[in-house]
Amino acid sequence: MTVSPRPAQSRLDPEAVPRRDVLGLLSLWSMASALLVATLGALRLPRAAVLPSPSKTFRVTIPETLPAGEPFVPPGRSVALFRDGEGIHAISIVCTHLGCIIKATAGGFECPCHGSKFASDGAVTGGPAPAPLPWRQVTVNGNAVIVDEETSVPAGTKVQA
Amino acid sequence: MNAGHDALRTFRDNLRQVPGRLAATAFRTGAPRTDRSRSTFVFGNVFLHLHSVRTHRWSLRWATTAGLGIATLAAFFITLITGVLLMFYYKPYPEAAYLSMKDIHFVVPTGRFIRNIHRWAANAMVVTVILHMARAFYTAAYRAPREFNWLIGMALLAVTLGLSFTGYLLPWDQLAYWAITIGANIAQSPREVTDALGITETFDPGGLQRLLLLGSDTVGEEALIRFYLLHVMLLPLVAAALMAVHFWRIRKDGGLAKPADVDRRLAPDAGAHPLFTDAPQKTYHLAAIVRGRSPAVGRGPEHTVPSMPHLFYAELAVFMLTVFVCTALAIVSDAPLKEVANPLVPENPAKAPWYFLGLQELVAFSAFMGGIGIPAVVLIGLGLIPFLDREEAGTGEWFGGPGGWPLVRRAAVLGLAAAVGVEAFIIRFGWLREWFPGIPQLVITAVNPGTVLTAIYAAYSLWLVRRFNSTRAGALGLFTCFLGGFLVLTVVGTYFRGPNWHFFWSPADWPVH
Repeated sequence: MTVSPRPAQSRLDPEAVPRRDVLGLLSLWSMASALLVATLGALRLPRAAVLPSPSKTFRVTIPETLPAGEPFVPPGRSVALFRDGEGIHAISIVCTHLGCIIKATAGGFECPCHGSKFASDGAVTGGPAPAPLPWRQVTVNGNAVIVDEETSVPAGTKVQA
Repeated sequence: MNAGHDALRTFRDNLRQVPGRLAATAFRTGAPRTDRSRSTFVFGNVFLHLHSVRTHRWSLRWATTAGLGIATLAAFFITLITGVLLMFYYKPYPEAAYLSMKDIHFVVPTGRFIRNIHRWAANAMVVTVILHMARAFYTAAYRAPREFNWLIGMALLAVTLGLSFTGYLLPWDQLAYWAITIGANIAQSPREVTDALGITETFDPGGLQRLLLLGSDTVGEEALIRFYLLHVMLLPLVAAALMAVHFWRIRKDGGLAKPADVDRRLAPDAGAHPLFTDAPQKTYHLAAIVRGRSPAVGRGPEHTVPSMPHLFYAELAVFMLTVFVCTALAIVSDAPLKEVANPLVPENPAKAPWYFLGLQELVAFSAFMGGIGIPAVVLIGLGLIPFLDREEAGTGEWFGGPGGWPLVRRAAVLGLAAAVGVEAFIIRFGWLREWFPGIPQLVITAVNPGTVLTAIYAAYSLWLVRRFNSTRAGALGLFTCFLGGFLVLTVVGTYFRGPNWHFFWSPADWPVH
């Protein structure tokens, strides 16, 4: 068996990795992968397990004098309450486009930020809004109603007082 | 006795020489009076050595760069200094933030002036960074070997806009609150697509982005502290790191882009003399034989001048001019501060600062396409330019390349006209939703005025590639068109949009409410 001479190498060609360097490289790479995994784990930091958020369920009394079809927006809430012959319903007044608070009128809704328009049942009639305004869950509780701003109900759901 | 006398005299002499020796140890090579000491002055200084010791005369012409990059850096420094001063009083907590802005305005000596300078320098930085990018593009300075630096520049553009966006939220006034709300909902706008496909329950990148930005599901103290952190810490650090790489790469890529025949174009320099023959103290040997090619190989140093003083004095002049402009504007115009944030009543119209109004016009067509889709396409397109345009004609020349200035002129006319046309059409006739109320949202997301305009520009650019048989021609056309479109959308958003984002010829026509 003849030993073939190693081909002449230029000084500029990269050298082969000697066997004893493998252990060193191995430790380097394990450190790098440990760092990577630790970083990936730490990426969860900006997302808290419990979010600070005020309660979205509230109790409110609708004024007796509210005319049928006119909106009533409880102070500090982003939902409009309506009362007519068929019952009470609540429609969100947060624009489905980019989250502005919509002005509610008897004839429908119009967003001040980018001009989305909604019919009185929340359906989009114009502008960039991608989805209709959601109806919120209303429960009658004696003289008052309880509105849950986080629970949506199908459009057209009205509850009798 | 006598020895003590000598020691005292030595002590006195040493004391007297402290200033001179201090200067000598700080600037080790003496005053920059000869070519050699000018060189050592530059490469012996940690800050100055980002530049090479000699600068090509072509790079020093005003017409080469107009000093826009340095003006951007100057504006960054001004915002950095004034920003740190504002941090003495600013409190990043919802109501307190607004009150501290009032304090800065009315109680803190020079507070209002410092805030005005901060605001104007931030505006100046946005303007100069866009113009600087246009300069680099129109002189084809992105070409090999400068592709990487073009990408770094794009990242810096994004960071600059991010700094502006996070900055104007901090006062916690009406503008701030509704800008943060709209911004966070743009981050959430991928839901426009996932909702339409019905997969939001399982795959909701939009909701995650919004949650990460706000740290909560409402805009409140968590959101403010996050934007504060981004504005005063994370983004400035990223910007500083990227800037260091950006400037260092200029030197490593062989200075600014120059035409191939630059040496013939420049008038002979009367004061030029051969370098390296004036009493060299050192002979250079080959430290190693290297493969590849340095950008300076084969180019004589004949048309170069010492960076100290020629380059540094020019940079100092631009720096002083930027400081002057920002200060002068700060004297004549106050930074706005609206009423305290009211989460229940948006401003009507709720307008972002001018440089985001073009974007706001786009999101008024479709939140996802205008806020994420089209900007992403533009960024990817800009990033691909240096890798697609591998031509060589026209590097380092204004509007260099096939077609040149006439092409850019025609593209500007077409870009402006198409944008005005699309705007006029939707203002007069509305869009799909008004015509077919039941139309699926995906159709509007795909076909809206913004995407139509983008498609027109892309088609024109492809036609230019064929017409001139050159990628550079297409890039020239596309970039010019997008600049024109950006201009039109910004002007429409700034001057012709009123309450409910309706079109008005002038604010005087706005309904009173």
